[in-house]
Amino acid sequence: MILVGELSLWIALLMCAWSVTLSFAGGVTRRPELVASGERGLYAGVGFVVLASAGLWTALLTSDFSLRYVASFTSANLPTIYKISAFWGGQAGSLLFWCLVLGGYAALATWSNRGRNRELMPWVTGTNAAVLLFFVMATALASNPFERLDWVPADGRGLNPQLQNPAMAIHPPLLYLGYVATAIPFAFAIAALVTRRLDAEWLGAVRRWSLVSWVFLTLGIVMGMWWAYVELGWGGYWMWDPVENASLLPWLTGTAFLHSIMIQEKRGMLRKWNVTLVVGTFLLSILGTFITRSGVIQSVHSFAQSAIGAWFAAFFVLALLATIALVSTRLRDLEAQAQLEAMISREAAFLYNNLVLVGIAFSVLWGTLFPILSEAVRGTKITVGESFFNAVNVPLGLLLLALTGIGPLIAWRKASVENIRRQFAGPAAFGLLVGAALLVLGIRKLSPIVAWTLAGFVAGTIIQEFWKGVGARRKMYDESVPRAFARLVARNRRRYGGYIVHAGIVILFAAFAGMAFKKEYDLTLKAGESATVVDPYGTRWTFTSEGLSEFKALNRDVLTLALRPEVDGVRLPLITSEKRQHRDSRGAPTFQPSTEVGVLSQQRQDVYVVLAGAIREDAEVRINFNPLVVWVWNGGLLMAIGGLIVMWPAADRRRRQVGYVAELEPQAVGAAS
Amino acid sequence: MHPRTKFLIGGLIVLGTAGWLMAGSIKATAVYFLTPEELQAKVLEDPGLRETGVKVGARVVAGTVERDSSGKRVAFEMTDGKATYRVEYVGLIPDTFSDSVDVVVEGRLGADGVFRATTLLAKCASRYEAAPEGYDTAKVHEQYRATGAAPTDTASR
Repeated sequence: MILVGELSLWIALLMCAWSVTLSFAGGVTRRPELVASGERGLYAGVGFVVLASAGLWTALLTSDFSLRYVASFTSANLPTIYKISAFWGGQAGSLLFWCLVLGGYAALATWSNRGRNRELMPWVTGTNAAVLLFFVMATALASNPFERLDWVPADGRGLNPQLQNPAMAIHPPLLYLGYVATAIPFAFAIAALVTRRLDAEWLGAVRRWSLVSWVFLTLGIVMGMWWAYVELGWGGYWMWDPVENASLLPWLTGTAFLHSIMIQEKRGMLRKWNVTLVVGTFLLSILGTFITRSGVIQSVHSFAQSAIGAWFAAFFVLALLATIALVSTRLRDLEAQAQLEAMISREAAFLYNNLVLVGIAFSVLWGTLFPILSEAVRGTKITVGESFFNAVNVPLGLLLLALTGIGPLIAWRKASVENIRRQFAGPAAFGLLVGAALLVLGIRKLSPIVAWTLAGFVAGTIIQEFWKGVGARRKMYDESVPRAFARLVARNRRRYGGYIVHAGIVILFAAFAGMAFKKEYDLTLKAGESATVVDPYGTRWTFTSEGLSEFKALNRDVLTLALRPEVDGVRLPLITSEKRQHRDSRGAPTFQPSTEVGVLSQQRQDVYVVLAGAIREDAEVRINFNPLVVWVWNGGLLMAIGGLIVMWPAADRRRRQVGYVAELEPQAVGAAS
Repeated sequence: MHPRTKFLIGGLIVLGTAGWLMAGSIKATAVYFLTPEELQAKVLEDPGLRETGVKVGARVVAGTVERDSSGKRVAFEMTDGKATYRVEYVGLIPDTFSDSVDVVVEGRLGADGVFRATTLLAKCASRYEAAPEGYDTAKVHEQYRATGAAPTDTASR
C-alpha cells in the first residue's frame, strides 16, 4: 500500500498535467470531448492523490519507520489518534494533505457544475488542475513524505508533545480546509476573466465556496487560538505571531468579499473590486503558506526553513502576474453598472466595511513583512511588536464593529432621516446605556468602554431585527416564539444567518475587550501553604497547594501540582498544572519537557495556572485571571454556526417565504434575502 | 458634491488615520532585530545602543545554560558563530527552550556586556519539523547502535 501510495503521487502528477492541457485546450477550441477528457483527467488525478494519502496513512498507522516521515513524527507508543493526525504534523505530510483537500474540492466543483456554467467550467477545471499540479509537484519533488531512510530505526521520534493535543489534531485540517477552499473562487475568477463573463453568474457559483472557506477559516483560527491558549502557557490566545497573522489575512479579505458580493448582486457595482478580492484572498493563502514554510520571517511557530519556500514564491509570483495580465486586458468588461448615490446608504456602509477590513489586512501584512521590508530598504531587520498591531487594529476593529451594526439596517441607495431614526434610535440608546453603566461601575479604560458601548449598539440592532421578525411571524402565522424564531431563520438564511454571525462578532469583541483587565500573579507555594490574591472583579481568591506529585503515564513522566481555589469560603474544583517529559517506547526521553496549564473556566473569567518549576517542595506557579475568555470560544463558534446557516442550501425553494421585509424606502430593493 | 467624491474623502480619512497610526506605532514599537555580530558592530559604532531595547536572534551555546530550578530564571550564552553574548533572563521559560535551540531574545545590552532579556522566544528547529537538512543518518545510526536508543532530538543537530 505504501509503495502504491508513492507511485500514485507520480501518476497524479501526470494526470493533473493532462487535465490542465486538455481543459485549457477544450476551453480555447470549445470542443466538448477535450473538455470531458480534461475533467476525467482531474478526477483521475484526484483519485491517485487519495491513493497516495491512503498510502501515507497506512505507513503511519502500521508504524513503518523505514519512511523518514513516519520515523520523524510518530513512535510506536503514540496514541492512534495522533498517528492519524501526524499526517499533517510535518511539512511533507501537510503538503500531501493540502493536495488531498484541494483535490476533493476541485473534483466537487467540477462535478457539481457538470450541468451548469459550462462556458466557465473548462477554465475552472484547468485552473484547479494547475494549482493541484503545483502542489503535487511540490510534494513529490521538494518535500516527499514517502522518502525512505537507508536504515530502519526501532522506534520513531514521536510527535512533539505540544502537538499531542486534541485541538492540534483538528486545528490544522480546519485551517487547510479554509485556506484551500479559496482556490475554487480563484479558479472561477480566472475563468470569468478569460471568458469575459464577468456578470453575476460566476459570483453565484463562488459565493458558497467563499462561505465554505470562511467557515473553516473561522473555526480553524479560533481553534488555533484555543490551542495556543492551553498549550503555549503564556496566558493569552493571540500574540500577532506571523503564523497567526497568515491565517487572519485571507479571513479578512474573504469577509470583505462576502459583503461586497452583495453590492454587485444588487447594484452591479464593485466588479473589479470583487475580482481583486477573490484573487487576493487566494494569493494571501499562498503567501501565508510561504511565510510559514520558508522561514523568511522569524516566528515561534515557524516550520523548518526549506526549499519549499522557493516553490511557493515562484507560484505566488506566477499567479499574481497571470491575474494582473488578465485583469488589465479586461478592464472594460469590469465597468460598474451603477454609481454610488449617497454617502448615507447601505452601499457606502459596505464600502467602508470593505475599506476597513482591507485596511486591517494591509496593516497586518505590513507589520508581518516589516522585518523583510526594512532589511531590503535599510539593510537592518527591524521588527514591530504586539503594540503596533494593537495600536492600529483596535481603532479599526472598533470602527468595523460600529459598521456591523449600521450596515444591515441602513437603506440601500439613500437613507432618509426617518429610516435612520426608526432603525437606530433604540440600539443607539441601548449602547449608550451600556457605556453609562460601565462608567457608573467605575471602569475608566477607554477602549473597553468604547468596545462595549458599540457592542451594546450592535447587539441592540440584532435583537431589534429578530424581535421585529419574530413578531411579524407571530402575527401572520400565529406561531409560538421558538417556532417563529426557527422558521424566521430557516426561511431567510442569508439574512438571519448573517445576523447570527454578527452576534458572534459582538461577543468576540466584548470578550477581547475583557482581556484589558487581566491580572497576573507569581506565587511560590509549599504543600499545604496558601496565598490570597484579588481577581479583576475584586473578589478574593485563596489558593492552597495540595502538593506536587510524580507519576508515569503511557508515553510520559509527569510532575503535577494541584491547587485548591477557594472563594468566600466555598471550595472550587482542583486546578492542576503539569510538567511532562515524554519518552519513547524504550524509555529514552524525547523532546524537551512540556507544560500543561490548568484552567478553571468560568463565565466571567478563566483562572489559568502554570507550573513554572519546582525547587524541592516549593512549587513556582503563575496564576492569570483572564476575563471573559470563554466568550471568545463561544463567539467564534456562533460565527461558524451563523456561517453554516447562511451556507446551507435552501431545502425547498418553493416553500420559501418572506417572514418580514425590512422597513425600506419605497424604491429600495428587499434586504439581503 | 458627488457622493463618490464624498466617499473617497471619507475613505482617505479612514486610510489616512490608519496610516498615521501605523507610522506612529512603528516609530514607537520598532526594534532592531540583529544577529550577535550585527549587535557587536552597532554597539561599536554607536555606544548609545547599549541600554536601548533590541531583539537578537541567535543560537544557544550548548552547555552554557544555567537554570535556576524555580523555572523562572535562566542564564546562557548565545552566538551566531561570530560574536557571543551572555544572556540573563527572568520570566517564564518556554517549553521549547533547551541548550541547542535558536532563540530570539528581546532586551538591553548592559554596559557590562551582559544581555538582559525581557522576553525569550525559543524557536526549536524541530518543533514541528524533524531535522530537514543535515539529518545525519550515519551519526544517528551510530548513536542508535551504541545506546540502543531511538534517534532523539539532539541527534539531528
